Amino acid sequence: MTHADEVLPQQPGPPQDAVDQARRRFLTLTTAVVGGAGVVAAAIPFIESWQPSARALAAGAPVTVDIGKIESGQMVRFAWRSLPIFVVNRTREQLADLPGLDPRLRDPHCKETSQQPPYCQNTWRSIKPEWLVMIGICTHLGCVPDYYGQIQPEPFDAHWKGGFFCPCHKSRYDVAGRVFQGVPAPLNMVIPPYHYLDATHVRIGVNPKGAA
Amino acid sequence: MAATPADWKPRGRLAAWIEERLPIFGFLRRHTSEYYAPKNFNVMYFFGSLALLLLVNQIVTGIFLAMNFNPSAANAFASIQYIMRDVDWGWLIRYMHTTGASLFFVVIYLHMFRALMYGSYKRPRELLWVIGMLTYLVLMAEAFMGYVLPWGQMSFWGAKVIISLFGAVPVIGNQLVEWIMGDFIPADATLNRFFALHVIALPLVLLLLVVLHLGALHTTGSNNPDGIEIKDHKDAAGKPLDGIPFHPYYTVKDLVGVGFFLIIAAFIVFYQPTFFGLFLEHDNYIPANPLVTPAAIHPVWYFTPFYAMLRSIPDKGLGVLTLFAAVLILFFLPWIDRGKVRSLRYRGRSYRIALAIFALAFIWLGKIGIGEGTWIGDTYIARALTAVYFGYFVFLWAYTYFGWERTRPVPERVSMHE
Repeated sequence: MTHADEVLPQQPGPPQDAVDQARRRFLTLTTAVVGGAGVVAAAIPFIESWQPSARALAAGAPVTVDIGKIESGQMVRFAWRSLPIFVVNRTREQLADLPGLDPRLRDPHCKETSQQPPYCQNTWRSIKPEWLVMIGICTHLGCVPDYYGQIQPEPFDAHWKGGFFCPCHKSRYDVAGRVFQGVPAPLNMVIPPYHYLDATHVRIGVNPKGAA
Repeated sequence: MAATPADWKPRGRLAAWIEERLPIFGFLRRHTSEYYAPKNFNVMYFFGSLALLLLVNQIVTGIFLAMNFNPSAANAFASIQYIMRDVDWGWLIRYMHTTGASLFFVVIYLHMFRALMYGSYKRPRELLWVIGMLTYLVLMAEAFMGYVLPWGQMSFWGAKVIISLFGAVPVIGNQLVEWIMGDFIPADATLNRFFALHVIALPLVLLLLVVLHLGALHTTGSNNPDGIEIKDHKDAAGKPLDGIPFHPYYTVKDLVGVGFFLIIAAFIVFYQPTFFGLFLEHDNYIPANPLVTPAAIHPVWYFTPFYAMLRSIPDKGLGVLTLFAAVLILFFLPWIDRGKVRSLRYRGRSYRIALAIFALAFIWLGKIGIGEGTWIGDTYIARALTAVYFGYFVFLWAYTYFGWERTRPVPERVSMHE
């Protein structure tokens, strides 16, 4: 005795055993499927309204920065899509120390392709060796690391060769943004797409012509 | 109504485990598959469930609008344009909200008229009616405050005029108006507090009132087009002979109504979202300007019957009093109407004529209210219609109190038209 049978009212009409259960199941199922499809379709606009708006996308357009006044060893921050862009004019000493750090890094050869464009998958992670252009956001939980450019012993590393130190959870990166082993951050910091317009102007957000 | 037996248990061990600790399944059962509604509901009985659907629509679209709306006098207007142009699907969500607001009143007015037709406000459903009227009152406040938020010309001047109504209160009027606005004109503070009331306070009150409304409905049971009590004739199991379970019978029937309704609503949203300047008024596409009142100004259509009364009365205090009285008198309808017969099917001929005139007067007042109002004839017609509006209640009281009504015999059981 099912529940539906109990509550059927006493009405004129065919006797109860004439109820076509298969037809009833079919109608219930098709109604539910059509209604469900409608609900899913109606949900799409609401879900998509959370995507970055046209205004946010416009604000995220490529930016051109002037790197002409950045001195050797100095770092300057720019903003692209409201993200901090670190531009470092690296010294010859800093660059020379990079290969020697390889054994202490998680991904010294930049095999994680999501973290830099192909044209920056090299030892110094940049188009021109001395110029690092990088999104200065720690890959652990999104804080902005500080730049410790001096090659000198630091409280967190006696053999520091210059790089970045995240204040939030103490992750460390070398001066190419490659992450050290033994810290919470899992990946090297991200290199954005960029290219040189001329010797002192960099367009951030657009790949060089011919590069994917 | 028909009670679920005390030893009833849901199928399934988890459901039974929950039921022992929180009898939610029994509750749902009592209010759906064991709630017996009269089997003779007609098309006028769609509007309760449609109102519920619109409430859900307003809440869901409202939440998503609030995510991008900026409740400040400086940015509100621009943030509406931002929603319309820059937010993905923002135009659809906003048009669903604005169209939903107007359709809410269409549905509520038809829902209320249904109660007048079939005497659903009469004993024992007086409280159900009063709670419904409170819902209507809160809905009007909710709609008004929502209308202020886009901060266009009509928003600003609507706010200014409606708030100024409270200036007619003796002695404290002016202080009251300043207190409501938090400034000397509708300003940033006004907009911000209206936003808080519109998105938090009044929706909570509305939800509570809807729960109370349904609770009262399920206590007395639904009225029906014949205006008779189905509980008077029960079978051996205590179930009304003329009742059918709300679920699945009326859930399925209401789904058909929802389907028709959504087709109409979608047509408006996609093809005529301003509804010829009625749902979204042209002047509200101009940013608020405290120095210039728009030449053609009137409230949104659902307030215009009351607005026409206000406009036609050549006295500030009396006009405002009439406006509020026109709404408040509806609360007392169950006690004004002394007639024993509920449905207009069996009431006196004069009742049916009076109800038709009352409805026409209300619509005509709305039409005058939405017009320019520059023709002096409109003023006299509106005064006459205002008299008709209140006259209905006077007539209804006298007609039933002095026993002038000649009713027709009421059937014992509901009649079906097949």
